[in-house]
Amino acid sequence: MVQVLPHHPGGPYEVRLTDTTLRDGSHAVSHQFTEQNVRDVVRALDDARVEVIEVTHGDGLAGSSFNYGFSGTNEMDLISAAVDEAKNAKIACLMLPGLGTLHEMKEARERGAEVIRIATHSTEADISIQHFQAAREMGFETVGFLMLSHMNTPQGLAEQARIMADAGCQCVYVVDSAGHLILEDVSDRVDALVQELGDDAQVGYHGHQNLSFGVANSVLAVRAGARQIDGTLAALGAGAGNSPTEVLAAVFERQDIKADVDVPKLLDAAEDVVKPIMTRIPLMDRSSIVQGKAGVYNSFLIHAERAAERYGVPAHLILEEIGARKLVGGQEDMIIDVAVALKKEMANG
Amino acid sequence: MSREEMESRPFTAAIVGSGNIGSDLMFKLMRRSKLINPKYMIGIDPNSDGLARAAKLGLTASHEGVDWLLSLPKDELPDFVFEATSAKAHESNAPRYKEAGIRAIDLTPAAVGPYICPPVNLDSVEDIWNVNMITCGGQATTPLVAAVSKVVDVEYAEIVASLSSKSAGPGTRANIDEFTETTSEALQKVGGAQKGKAIIILNPAEPPVMMRNTVYCALPAEAAAPGELQEKIKESIAEMVAKVQEYVPGYELTAEPQFDEANERWGGWGRVTMLVQVRGAADYLPEYAGNLDIITSAATRTADIMAEKIQAKAGK
Repeated sequence: MVQVLPHHPGGPYEVRLTDTTLRDGSHAVSHQFTEQNVRDVVRALDDARVEVIEVTHGDGLAGSSFNYGFSGTNEMDLISAAVDEAKNAKIACLMLPGLGTLHEMKEARERGAEVIRIATHSTEADISIQHFQAAREMGFETVGFLMLSHMNTPQGLAEQARIMADAGCQCVYVVDSAGHLILEDVSDRVDALVQELGDDAQVGYHGHQNLSFGVANSVLAVRAGARQIDGTLAALGAGAGNSPTEVLAAVFERQDIKADVDVPKLLDAAEDVVKPIMTRIPLMDRSSIVQGKAGVYNSFLIHAERAAERYGVPAHLILEEIGARKLVGGQEDMIIDVAVALKKEMANG
Repeated sequence: MSREEMESRPFTAAIVGSGNIGSDLMFKLMRRSKLINPKYMIGIDPNSDGLARAAKLGLTASHEGVDWLLSLPKDELPDFVFEATSAKAHESNAPRYKEAGIRAIDLTPAAVGPYICPPVNLDSVEDIWNVNMITCGGQATTPLVAAVSKVVDVEYAEIVASLSSKSAGPGTRANIDEFTETTSEALQKVGGAQKGKAIIILNPAEPPVMMRNTVYCALPAEAAAPGELQEKIKESIAEMVAKVQEYVPGYELTAEPQFDEANERWGGWGRVTMLVQVRGAADYLPEYAGNLDIITSAATRTADIMAEKIQAKAGK
């Protein structure tokens, strides 16, 4: 179990880095990670003393589907490989209630996963109560993910965090799934959660690079009291990619934020292990900047690009319309609906 | 509909559970059934809004639960009971209804009886004492899977149901796994797919969004490509949509079915995608609550057809 330490506003700061290359990065390789990829990345992260490594389909347990993309390798086998390879790191899995169920959580636990990260939209925490309760009974360390945190106010988000903490969640994350948050947007939210949760649970931050603020936001999150921070090697992740783990580590060192990781080894891991297996470099390109601006869930990007090709409508226009319709994480199916409607509109106009 | 007209209907019903679903169902039965009089509304909370509303509309309302209902003299017992409580409650109530000779239409995911979707498999059900209405997502999607599997083998069907947050009650939220599991199973048992998968999303946007459902069916390569087989699938889908519209007028496809040719990403499958919107009839909650509407409409339709069959048999 994670020890809940008191927060130290004003420092010194201690944080735990969670690397999610093998989960959020799964989007950028269309969920085609192989067992060998997983072993290589886990070994490199473990050698660099990263404490938690997340391995799951990009959309969480049971994400393999038409809607989100089918996994090249069964995620349970990837989890087993990661558990087998890790000497010190704990293996984490993501799950979204409504997609994954207790059934998959149980199997992940049996495969040796030690941390479960349960994600809901930033206003819907109450659908995770049964999963947190069960997770604690299964012996998981628990993390809660409030996705698209920009769609709730700091106070509203704190109320949702309280629901998760009361259900058994040990650390609630402000998750910037669209890379929309900028500076105080993050520290105000983290601060509200820290004030609400006190010693009942830690607070974490998960950033994306759409508007280039992933790392800066993470520093502000730590200063506001966040104790767990997410990154991915070489920023491999959905949309414009995540806060790069190796950059976070280098910056934290200079900011006197104690993460206790080996920075040179993380640089090697990003350069020598992850870059060679990247089939696509996450970029701040037109589409992903539009996602950041419009607050669109980052994993929609590749699906929007596919729909753009299929229907002959520009991807960034699809993404803009998705922002206007206020779609939330998981509604990838609506990309087809939007693309068909835009195509019709363009033909008529 | 007048009080006299309702009381002259040949069958009576009790609604057990006075929440959103129970209240919507009451209006559906009052306004849309020709054969069934919703006579009783049963709850467990004396301060329930739903019970007060029912009493005001002339139903006999009790907060003393199923015990009160079943203690009525035999000739006052209802012919049908609609269970709008929870799976757990229905599991314990089901044998008691049967013993009392009351037919049960179960709107919880308990699945004591077989899954029913009226335009798909209601005809196959004779003389049955307990039927299950699957889930709202199941009612919206299994007909379309059935329409496709009538033409070709569907090895895999997947659905995504998105509901406005406002229309998802505490029961759905507290046990969201039941939704995915029950719906997945119904895609197989009712839809005829070899394997089913269901996803549910809650969207908090204001104003509340309409219920949306997307149905994906894996297709053999020859059905995914343009041709006679594909045309047959399109016809079958259109026929099924019309059948559902008979009892859920706000049910529609927002676009023509989308066919994608077989490819490696899908292990050699092709795919048809059906995009559905359900606009509620706004009998109780506003029209965004199509999820409520589709399951209460299906329950009303089911009971009406069962009543017709009983009538035909008994010459009642």
